Amino acid sequence: MTVSVKPLLTVEDLRVTFPTRTGDVQAVRGVSFALGRERLGIVGESGSGKSQTGRAIMGLTPGHARISARKLAFGDRDLLTMPARERRDLRGKKVAMILQDPKYSLNPVMTIGRQIVETLKTHEKISNSAAKARALAMLEAVQISDPKRVFSLYPHEVSGGMGQRAMIAMMLVCGPELLIADEPTSALDVTVQLEVLDILDKLVADRGMGLIFISHDLRLVSSFCDRVIVMYAGRIVEELPAANLADAQHPYTRGLLNCLPTIGSDRHPLPVLDRKPEWAL
Amino acid sequence: MTSALSIRDMVVTYDEFAALDHVNFDIGTGESFGIVGESGSGKSTLLRAVSGLASFDQGTLSVNGRPYSGRKRDKEFYRTVQMVFQDPYGSLHPRQTVDRLLLEPLVIHGFTDIETRINRALDEVGLGSGFRFRYSHQLSGGQRQRIAIARALILEPKILLLDEPTSALDASIQAEILNLLEQARRDRNLTFVMVSHDLGVISHMCERLAVMKNGKVVETVPRKALENREFSADYTRQLLVASEGFRRG
Repeated sequence: MTVSVKPLLTVEDLRVTFPTRTGDVQAVRGVSFALGRERLGIVGESGSGKSQTGRAIMGLTPGHARISARKLAFGDRDLLTMPARERRDLRGKKVAMILQDPKYSLNPVMTIGRQIVETLKTHEKISNSAAKARALAMLEAVQISDPKRVFSLYPHEVSGGMGQRAMIAMMLVCGPELLIADEPTSALDVTVQLEVLDILDKLVADRGMGLIFISHDLRLVSSFCDRVIVMYAGRIVEELPAANLADAQHPYTRGLLNCLPTIGSDRHPLPVLDRKPEWAL
Repeated sequence: MTSALSIRDMVVTYDEFAALDHVNFDIGTGESFGIVGESGSGKSTLLRAVSGLASFDQGTLSVNGRPYSGRKRDKEFYRTVQMVFQDPYGSLHPRQTVDRLLLEPLVIHGFTDIETRINRALDEVGLGSGFRFRYSHQLSGGQRQRIAIARALILEPKILLLDEPTSALDASIQAEILNLLEQARRDRNLTFVMVSHDLGVISHMCERLAVMKNGKVVETVPRKALENREFSADYTRQLLVASEGFRRG
């Protein structure tokens, strides 16, 4: 028995074009997908358009770029025609984004606590003391053992893993329905990565959010998400359930999987990707 | 086996903080040696102290039997030991062409057959002479790292220090660079010291590896120990778990 649920996010034929001196460069060329309350991974190399897809959904595309789509909707609301004001209300409140490096994406001259409170006060009518209490509770939810101390610290005073937890806390404090995580752990130590992912995973599951997880790491994404979209040169080349990654059909996906050195396999030289021009068509 | 690189009780302190705390290594000629550790464990400090970019306060360093002090190194040292850095976007001079980048070490060390050496170096890293007069911003990340490797190899060193040479690159480009490094090592019988946080890369490239934590060497194990899980350090186990991807617990 299937219950048809309205998708949280609908993207149809999304295109992002950057005008340059030598002509238009299409970073995203006709990407379509629908997202429910699930974990969707978008994988691709640098320049594949995965981050620009996330930014277009978030409404953070640079001003000189052109966005076009047959449909770009959050629930019933059309993101393409929505006035900037409404879009601002949506951003942070209903749709949130976690960026790669907490060193650069947190405000360096504001304490972590003030930044979380600022998010709350932007979107909700809430008293200072209540906002502080919510922020502290959120810091606790991302498993920061001493929330009071971290609340009053500046971003440079905490480690990368701690900074990324603070970032997750800031993004989730308003209870968004959709979370876009753009390489959320790539700047972190390998062993810290799993802790942060674990926290993210639990929060997303508990709150029933939709998650778009953007990464270059195919293995990581497939172990974390329900469904994986593989992008190459601005297009989706393959979409498959994460569990069936081994059955990937497209030579690009297979090549990506194959070129990673693993412990115990003795392959010298490593197989490299033989990029076919027709993949980019 | 003679050791190409021998480090005894090396200590590096920044103010009161011991970044390296009595580290000992013996790396044989032609060996490929890996170092893993979390950030702040001292692995990059070790490479910088060996390469002469940072001075060390105590201990001894000898390269092919010749001792070197913590501070001044002669030209002979730099002809023997070269380094490739993590970020090819940061390690190439933005206002120099590839030609200038490759020329500089040759001029410093008084080479005369400059023309042939530059062409050969570019061919060797698979770029060809078409790249010779480009600036680094006209190159992709993988191409930049090839230039960085060409610059290191152009002096025909015996020891190559590699500080996370592929962690800034895409997986498919990583495979190409690792293959290139292996080829260079085979052709020239180079000694590698490679730092990485990716156990897959280390086990692919290195015969032995050391695990560092808080400026100390926690353990040194052969590659086989990774496959058979024969190691004692907790951090090695954590790294191994991390290399297998996320698991819902």
